[in-house]
Amino acid sequence: MSKKVVVLGEAREGALRNVSFEAIAAAKKISGGGEVVGVLLGDAVQSLAEEMIHYGADRVVTVEHPHLKLYTSDAFSQAFMAVYEQEKPEAIVFGHTALGKDLSPKIASKLASGLISDVTAIEGEGDAAVFIRPIFSGKAFEKVKNKDGLLFITVRPNNIAPLEHDAGRTGEVAALSVDVTNLRTIISEVIRKSTEGVDLSEAKVVVAGGRGVKSAEGFEPLQELATLLGGAIGASRGACDADYCDYSLQIGQTGKVVTPDLYIAAGISGAIQHMAGMSNSKVIVAINKDSEANIFKVADYGIVGDLFEVIPMMIEEIKKIKTN
Amino acid sequence: MNIYVLVKRTFDTEEKITVSNGKISEDGAEFIINPYDEYAIEEAIQVRDANDGEVTVITIGGEDAEKQLRTALAMGADKAVLIDTEDDLDEMDEFTSAKIIAEYLKDKEVDLILAGNVAIDGGSGQVGPRVAELLGINYVTTITNLEISGTSVKIIRDVEGDSETIETSLPLLVTAQQGLNEPRYPSLPGIMKAKKKPLEKLELDDLDLEEDDVEAKTQTIEIYLPPQKAAGRILEGDIANQVNELVNLLKNEAKVI
Ligand SMILES: Cc1cc2nc3c(=O)[nH]c(=O)nc-3n(C[C@H](O)[C@H](O)[C@H](O)COP(=O)(O)OP(=O)(O)OC[C@H]3O[C@@H](n4cnc5c(N)ncnc54)[C@H](O)[C@@H]3O)c2cc1C
Repeated sequence: MSKKVVVLGEAREGALRNVSFEAIAAAKKISGGGEVVGVLLGDAVQSLAEEMIHYGADRVVTVEHPHLKLYTSDAFSQAFMAVYEQEKPEAIVFGHTALGKDLSPKIASKLASGLISDVTAIEGEGDAAVFIRPIFSGKAFEKVKNKDGLLFITVRPNNIAPLEHDAGRTGEVAALSVDVTNLRTIISEVIRKSTEGVDLSEAKVVVAGGRGVKSAEGFEPLQELATLLGGAIGASRGACDADYCDYSLQIGQTGKVVTPDLYIAAGISGAIQHMAGMSNSKVIVAINKDSEANIFKVADYGIVGDLFEVIPMMIEEIKKIKTN
Repeated sequence: MNIYVLVKRTFDTEEKITVSNGKISEDGAEFIINPYDEYAIEEAIQVRDANDGEVTVITIGGEDAEKQLRTALAMGADKAVLIDTEDDLDEMDEFTSAKIIAEYLKDKEVDLILAGNVAIDGGSGQVGPRVAELLGINYVTTITNLEISGTSVKIIRDVEGDSETIETSLPLLVTAQQGLNEPRYPSLPGIMKAKKKPLEKLELDDLDLEEDDVEAKTQTIEIYLPPQKAAGRILEGDIANQVNELVNLLKNEAKVI
C-alpha cells in the first residue's frame, strides 16, 4: 500500500539543512509511490518551499507565525499538529537534529505512536520498509520495523543520500494559518558558537583534534588542512575540556554525530564516547604518537607519528596534487 | 519540593559487545547507571539540598536493577521505585516505558522530573519528553545549567553546540547533558544508609495497567555487529614517505580528496 508521508524541513540561517533533503529521500522510499508532503514551520519560510519540491517533495505546507521564529516544543508542536490534522499522513519523517530529537517524542506521544529514531539506513520500500539504527554507542546495529499504525522516524544527517536536485520540478505550496498560543517557554538568549562556513554535522571532510593538539594554536594547522579540503574542524571532549577549542566543535555521544566521507583524527585516543560520534564515517585516518591507541582500531589508514610533523606535510602534499 | 529522577540500568558500552542468539550477550557484562542519568541524579540531590524536599529515583527493569537504585540512594536520593515488568512484558519500546512511568507519576504531586538526555544502550532519547507530554507538563532537553527560585526556572541548554537561555516554570521535566555537574561517588556512610532507605517494588498490576495498554509500537527484528572492518593500514617507512603514500591512497584508492 502506498503511504502519504509528511517531512519536516529544517532551516538554519535562512537555508534548508541537507538533512531535510535526506529526509525527503527517506520519505520517498517509505511512501512506496505515495505522496510526499513537505512541512515548513517558521517566521519566514515560504521562500524555502520550492527547494523541498526540487529535492522530491510533491507539495509543501507552510506555517508562518512570529512565535515560530525560534524553536520551542510548544510552538512547533502546535503548528505541526495543525498540519497533521489537515493531512492525516500515514508516516512522518524528521531529521535527527537537536530540533528533531526534542520535538519528535512529543508528537509521537500526542499521537500514541512508535518512533524509530536515529535511522541510518532503510531496507525495502513501502510497507516492507525496515529501519537500521546504531545502538550501544555505535558498537552494534538493530533492524526495527513499525508494528502497525502511524510510522514515525528520524534520520541521522549524512547517511541517506538525497535525491537529485531538479529545478524543473513543480508542486503546490500552501500556507496554513495556525494560532500559536500558551507558550510555556521563553528563550531569552541564544549564543551561537558554531563557526560559520561548513556545517560540521553535514561536512564531507572533518579534521578533528584531541588533547594531543596541546593548545588553541595547535589547532591552526588542522584548520588549514580542513579549509584546504573544503571541510570542517572538529574536536574530542578532551580538547574542549582543556580549552583548546569551543564545545560546539565536540564530536561524540555528547556532541555532534558526523558521518563524513573522510574523518581525520589527530591526537585523539579513540574513547568509545568519541567513536559513537564518528565511527560511521566512510574513511577514517588516524594520526597518533601511540601505536596502541584505540583510534587505530577503526582507522582505514593510520600514521604512527607526531601530528605536528604529519599535518604540515599533508598540507604540502595535498597542495602539490591540487596544483597538478 | 517533589523531585523524581528517571534512571536506566545500562550495559557499559566501554565493554566489549558480543551478540548471541540475536541479542546482545549479557554474559559477564558490566552494568552501570546510564551516565547521563547520573548527571540527573546529582542535579536532583543539589536541587533538593538547596530547596528542601525529596528525591525519588524510578526505574523500569528486572530485579537486577535494584543495584543501580541502591547506588542512587547511596549518592543521596531518598527513595526508590522499581517497576518490574520482567514477568509481564517480553517486548518494550519507548512508548511502553513512557506509558508505565507516566502512569506511576500521574497522581503524584510532581514539581521537577529529571532524566538523562539519552541512554547509551538504546540511544533514542525519547522517554523523558514522552513522559512530560503524557503528564501534560513542559520539558527542556539537553540542559547544562539549572537555576530554580520559587517556581521560576532558568535553564541553559545545549543545542548542537550553541547555547540557549530559557525561562520557564515548575512543574517541569528536564533532561541532562554532560557538563551539567560532576556526579559524586557514593560515600561509605552513604552506602550504609542506602541499605535502609525505602525501595518500593511494583508490577504492571499495581499500576492498573494491562499488557495491551503498553504494547510496543515498534519491533526489533535483528541485532547485529557492524561488519568487521578490514584491518586498517598502518603505514610504514619514514614520515615523509608515509604522508606521501597516505595522500595517494586518499586520492586514488579511497577517492575522498
Ligand atoms: C558520559 C560521557 C560522555 C562523553 N562524551 C564524549 C563525547 O561526546 N566526545 C568525546 O570526544 N569524548 C567524550 N567523553 C570523554 C571520553 O571518554 C574521553 O575522555 C575523550 O574523548 C578523550 O579525548 P582525547 O582523545 O582528545 O584525549 P586523550 O584520551 O588524552 O588522548 C590524547 C591522544 O593524543 C595522542 N597524542 C599526544 N600528543 C600527540 C602528538 N604530538 N601527535 C599525535 N598524537 C598525540 C596521545 O597518544 C593520545 O592517544 C565522554 C565521557 C563521558 C563519561
